[in-house]
Amino acid sequence: MTGFINKKMKDIIDNYAADFTELQSIRKNDWFSKHRKSAFNFFKESGFPNTKNEDWKYTDTKPITKNIFSNISNTNIVARDNEVNEIIFKDLECINLVFINGAYSEEYSDIKNISDKVIIKNMANALVNDENLLKEHLTQHIDQDSSSFTALNTAFIQDGIYINIPENIDIERPININYISMDGSNAFATHPRNLILMGENSNATIIENYVGNGDSNYFTNSVTETFLSQGAMLKHYKIQQESFNAFHIGSLNTSLSKDSRFESHSVSIGGALVRNNINANLNGEGAEIIMNGLYMTDNAQHVDNHTHVNHLKPHTHSHQNYRGVLNGKSRGVFNGKVVVHPKAQKIEAYQNNANLLLSDDSEIDTKPELEIYADDVKCTHGATVGQLDDDMLFYLRSRAVDEQTARSLLTYAFADEVLNEINFKEIKNKLEQLVISRLPDSSLIREYV
Amino acid sequence: MLNIKDLYTAVENKKILEGLNLSVNAGEVHAIMGPNGSGKSTLANILAGKDGYQVTQGSVTYEDKNLLELSPEERARKGVFLAFQYPVEIPGVNNIYLLKAALNAIRKHKSEPELDAMEFMSLVKEKMKLVQMNEDLLTRSVNEGFSGGEKKRNEVFQMAILEPKLAILDETDSGLDIDALKIVAEGVNSLRNKERAFILVTHYQRLLNYIKPDYVHVLSKGKIIKSGGPELAIELEEKGYDWIH
Repeated sequence: MTGFINKKMKDIIDNYAADFTELQSIRKNDWFSKHRKSAFNFFKESGFPNTKNEDWKYTDTKPITKNIFSNISNTNIVARDNEVNEIIFKDLECINLVFINGAYSEEYSDIKNISDKVIIKNMANALVNDENLLKEHLTQHIDQDSSSFTALNTAFIQDGIYINIPENIDIERPININYISMDGSNAFATHPRNLILMGENSNATIIENYVGNGDSNYFTNSVTETFLSQGAMLKHYKIQQESFNAFHIGSLNTSLSKDSRFESHSVSIGGALVRNNINANLNGEGAEIIMNGLYMTDNAQHVDNHTHVNHLKPHTHSHQNYRGVLNGKSRGVFNGKVVVHPKAQKIEAYQNNANLLLSDDSEIDTKPELEIYADDVKCTHGATVGQLDDDMLFYLRSRAVDEQTARSLLTYAFADEVLNEINFKEIKNKLEQLVISRLPDSSLIREYV
Repeated sequence: MLNIKDLYTAVENKKILEGLNLSVNAGEVHAIMGPNGSGKSTLANILAGKDGYQVTQGSVTYEDKNLLELSPEERARKGVFLAFQYPVEIPGVNNIYLLKAALNAIRKHKSEPELDAMEFMSLVKEKMKLVQMNEDLLTRSVNEGFSGGEKKRNEVFQMAILEPKLAILDETDSGLDIDALKIVAEGVNSLRNKERAFILVTHYQRLLNYIKPDYVHVLSKGKIIKSGGPELAIELEEKGYDWIH
């Protein structure tokens, strides 16, 4: 799987190595040092993946790798109130956590009024003070070898969120994590790392919101690890609205115990080059994962959604529904891999990927992959690629709707099918508004929906 | 109001209408009858502005303007309404919001004030009775999950709200049981007035038992081969279409 390392790649890696040495000297020899070192060594040996790697066949990482980024977070960025406030859900009572260019902002975060039993703190803090709890889980829910980006993240962890919800606790307010990238003096990379531990029968809603302003150039390389104990329920929302010059590689890794349920909703509308990974291990009977995703691209954007579900135990369920709207010369990728391990009988795995191509030059590569080593299973997958329906367009126009509005309206309706799966009303509304705002005639569409 | 002169059309070089003439005045109800494939639905679609038809010859004027130059939405705003033979389901677009926006677009075009939500809802309540529409259908997505009969009623309901000048009903009777047919016909009859014209496209005579047309035209192979009064429809029902040839 490793990319081959040529001279140019060596220079790029050398730059990361210099930053890595600097970071290690700042950190001294903390308990996590050996993990950083081993992760960085892995990265150094493998380099960035290239398109000869099957997992990266349709996504060339060169635009990312040819840039020199500063990997050390500048904690002195002064955020601007109006920008930050615009980003946070205003009409929703949340536990808000804000990171500016990778560094935790106490000023904008609000973790008051949380039950004593619950731990929500930033990762920089947890790395120092929660060694014992972190040791057991941090890096334990990822397959480090799976990606050099994940290894790079582990090597450069500076901040992020650590959440630990004990058994039987139901956090009603969503935990809203905002990673905001502001214009910096030079191109920077952030490596946010989140660890979410859900106790038995606990329940939480978590939002990861990645936002960049204007056309700033940066690279977000995030990794989230979640562990769900028996009967736990986690609803996870990922909103990717990075700047149109930004690169975003985000990996969500989740381990599910018996009867636990993970719901993932992702909306990806920003970024120049984006990869959203979800890796799930269904480790206990009755575990269930729902993955819904929407990607909307235009101009020269490239958005790749990769899912990989391991059905390791009988009676586990996975359900994937991804939709893409592609315009301009943009390109989308959907690769959904489902592996049903031997002895994982009576599992159900559904996968669907539907795409709407709005332009002649847009492109989608959709690739379902099923590997089934058990014989009593229900698996289905389907993929569609199409254009706006002429009969629907004509019907709307015959009811006095302008052509452009009718197109936007039907595009919205197509996208909304995925958002309709969200049963948290305020989040659903917010995401719908976000999608509408990206369409031509957005103010007119609001009259019809 | 509407003048179709010597109209020839084709779809992908296949000739459909071949020299059609029809003149419709305000207040009149015209029934266009004919066997399958005679071009009835093509005529309805061309009048509403559907893409994909080439007009190779002839003209269509509506209120003294060239109708064929107008986009479907412009026609709708100027009072042309097509009740579809197969109303399409549009998931995600709200039935009643679409109707409200359509009505306000038409009112705006006529320089009339737009209706606010309250005014619109009282109009909706009044017109719903006309076609005995089920209230649940209003808030659903356009035609989504509607039965065949409900779709047709929704078309007539829309027509009742939008109050077009020229209403074209494309086989609105097909797929309706007799009770639904009566309701739809009553809806149409209640909308008849001196200013409004109707074109009823139908394969069968039974709709005309409930909506009495002023004129009946027989369309065959792309042109009108016979015109007459309501009695022509009855004759067609008895003898079929073949005797005309």
